[in-house]
Amino acid sequence: MAKSYQLKMKQFKEFVRKEFYHILRDRRSLLLLLAMPIVLMIIFGFAISNEIKNNSLAVYDMAKDQASQKIIEAFKASKYFNISYNIYSEDEIEKMFRQNKAALVIVIPSQFNSNLIATNKAAIQIIADASDPNTATSLINYATSIITEYQSSLNQQANIPYQIQTETRMLYNPELKSAYTFVPGVMGLILMLISAMMTSVAIVREKELGTMEVLLVSPLNPVLIVIAKAIPYFLIGVINVLTIIALSVFAMGLPVEGNFFLLLAESMLFIISCLSLGLLISTMAQSQQVALLISLLVLMLPTMLLSGFIFPVENMPKVLQWISNIVPATWYILMIKAIMLKGLGFASVWKENLVLIGMTIFFLAVSIKRFNIRLD
Amino acid sequence: MNTIEVNKISKTYKTDKDAVKALDNISLSVNEKEIFGLIGPDGAGKTTLFRILTTLLLADEGDASVDGADVKKDYKKIRESVGYMPGKFSLYQDLTVEENLHFFATIFKTTVQENYDLIKDIYTQIEPFKTRRAGKLSGGMKQKLALCCALIHKPTVLFLDEPTTGVDPVSRKEFWEMLKSLQKQGITIMVSTPYMDEANLCDRIAFIQTGKILSVDTPQNIIQNFSKKLFAVKGKDMYKILLKLRDFPDVQTSYAFGDYHHVTLKNDDEKESEIKKYLTTELPDEDITVKTIQPGIEDSFMEYLNKS
Repeated sequence: MAKSYQLKMKQFKEFVRKEFYHILRDRRSLLLLLAMPIVLMIIFGFAISNEIKNNSLAVYDMAKDQASQKIIEAFKASKYFNISYNIYSEDEIEKMFRQNKAALVIVIPSQFNSNLIATNKAAIQIIADASDPNTATSLINYATSIITEYQSSLNQQANIPYQIQTETRMLYNPELKSAYTFVPGVMGLILMLISAMMTSVAIVREKELGTMEVLLVSPLNPVLIVIAKAIPYFLIGVINVLTIIALSVFAMGLPVEGNFFLLLAESMLFIISCLSLGLLISTMAQSQQVALLISLLVLMLPTMLLSGFIFPVENMPKVLQWISNIVPATWYILMIKAIMLKGLGFASVWKENLVLIGMTIFFLAVSIKRFNIRLD
Repeated sequence: MNTIEVNKISKTYKTDKDAVKALDNISLSVNEKEIFGLIGPDGAGKTTLFRILTTLLLADEGDASVDGADVKKDYKKIRESVGYMPGKFSLYQDLTVEENLHFFATIFKTTVQENYDLIKDIYTQIEPFKTRRAGKLSGGMKQKLALCCALIHKPTVLFLDEPTTGVDPVSRKEFWEMLKSLQKQGITIMVSTPYMDEANLCDRIAFIQTGKILSVDTPQNIIQNFSKKLFAVKGKDMYKILLKLRDFPDVQTSYAFGDYHHVTLKNDDEKESEIKKYLTTELPDEDITVKTIQPGIEDSFMEYLNKS
C-alpha cells in the first residue's frame, strides 16, 4: 500500500514538473500571465477614473458684487474646476456647450448680494451638458457642494438661531478614490481569467495534441492529471494576488485594513473555485478555441459586467441580479471589499465563504462526473 | 487463451444527421508473441479497433479482451500492461527527447534505467539528440521516440496505429527491424498500416475494409489462395489500354499497378497470348507486352474486395 502511494506521488510530481516545463518554456504566455495584473491595474488606476478633475467652467456673472466674487473664488480654488471663460450674454451659454468649451456654466443673476442680504434668498443657476448624464450629475454635485460651503460660511457670520448642519463622512473611502472599487474587481477578473481560462485551455490542448490518448492508456489516475494541471496555475494566481496587493498598497496608497492572511486565504479559495470552473469547461470543449470562447463568454463578461465590479448589482433588473448571484466573482469581490477596505474579519464574510465553497464543490463534482476516462 | 480476442465487435459513430458504421461485426484473435497486421485503406476502421482494444472507446456490441482482461470491465488492468502508439504523433513537442522518455517512464510507474535493455537499440539512434525538443525531430526520429515511450514500461502487448505513415522508406525498414527484435523479446504486436508491402513482414494479417474483416491469414497463405492466373500488361498509353481491357469480354478484373496493369481473365485456361492478340488488333501502335506474374498481397486484397 505504501509503495503504491509512493509511486502515485512520483507520478504526480513528474506530471506537475511537466506542466511547469510547458508554462516556463512558453515565455510569451508566461510574461502575459504575470504582466496582465500590472497592466490592468495601470489601466484602471490611471486611465479609467471615476473622478472628474479640472473641468472647464464658464461663468456668467451679472452681479459682479462681493458675494459673486467670493463664489467664483471658491470655484477657482476647487481642484474640480478651472474657470476658462467669462461670458457676458445669454446667447454665449449655448455656444459654450456647442463648441465644447465648457462642461458647466454657472449664472449669477444681477443684484445677487443685495438680494441675499435683503431677502435672505438668492438663486444661482447651474447648467450642465447632460449628453453624458454621469459626468453632468457629478459636476453638479461638485458645484452644489462648493456653493453650500460658501453658504454655511455666511451662516456662521450671521447669527441665525436655528440651523441644521449636515456633516457628511465617507466611510472606508474618505477621499472617494476609485481604486477602492476597482482593486477588488481587478483581482476577481484576473484570477478568473488566468485560473479558469488557462486551466481549461491546458487540458483541452492535451486532447487536441492527441497526448490525452496516450495519457488515458496509462496507469495514471485521470484525477491526478487534472490536479497536476491546476497546480501551476494556482501558483500563478497567488503570484498575481500578491502583485495586485503590492501595487495597490505601494503605488495607489490603498491600505489593507483587514487581516492580510485572511485576504490571501480567501483569494486562494477563489482561485480554487476558478480552477474547478476551468476544469468544467475543459470537459465540455473539444478544441482550444472553443475553450477560449466559452471562457470569454461565460466567465469574463459576467465577471466584468455582473459582479458589481463596474456596475452596482443593486441597480440591475431582477433577472440580472439572479445571474449575478451565480457569478463566483460577485461573492469574492464582496469578501475582498469587506476584508481589504472595511477591515472586517472572518465572522462577517463566512456567508460568502460558504457560497464559494459550495460552488467549488459543485463545479468539481460535475466535472469529475463528466471527466471522460475514455475518448468519446 | 489468445493474447487478443475480438468477438463480434460493432461500433457506430453517430452524427446529427447520419450514422457511420466504423466496425461491423468483427471477430479475430491474435496469438502470443505474434506480429499481427491490420491492413486496409484510410477509413477502414483500423483506428477504431485500436481504440476499442486500448480501452479508449467502448464497442456498441460484442466483446474483446487483451491479455485475458476484458476491455470494458478490466480497463485499468489493460492500461497498466499495454503499450500504445497512436497514429498521430502524441508526445510533448516542447519537451526534450530525454524529458519525454522520463515522463512516460514515470507515469507508467517505472524508470528509464529499469527497462533500458528493451529500448536500447532504438534509443541509441536518437540519443545524440536527447536534449533536442521533440517538436524539432524529423519524422522518423519522432516515431522512434514514440516507440521508445510506448515500450518503456515493458508492455506485454504493443499497439501501433500506422507507425510508418509519413516516414521515409529507410526509416520504415529500420522500424520493422525493430519490431522483429521486440517480437523476439516476447512482445505481442498489433500493427496497422495502409502499405501493402509491409503486410509481408507480419506473421498474420487481417484485411479490413469499410468496417469488415475480409480475411485473416498468414501473408503466404493469402497469396497462395489467389485463385486466378495473373497477367501483367504494359504499353505506351496505359490509360487507353486500361479502358480497352475493361471492354474485353473475357477480362474479369483489370487494375493499374505501378508500371503495369494487373489482369485476370474469366476463363483461367486462356493464355497471355490471347490478351496480346486482342490488344494489338484494337490498338496496333501501342507496343503491347503481356506476361504471367506471381500475385502479391495487393492483388489478393483486390480479389477479396471484389468477392465481398
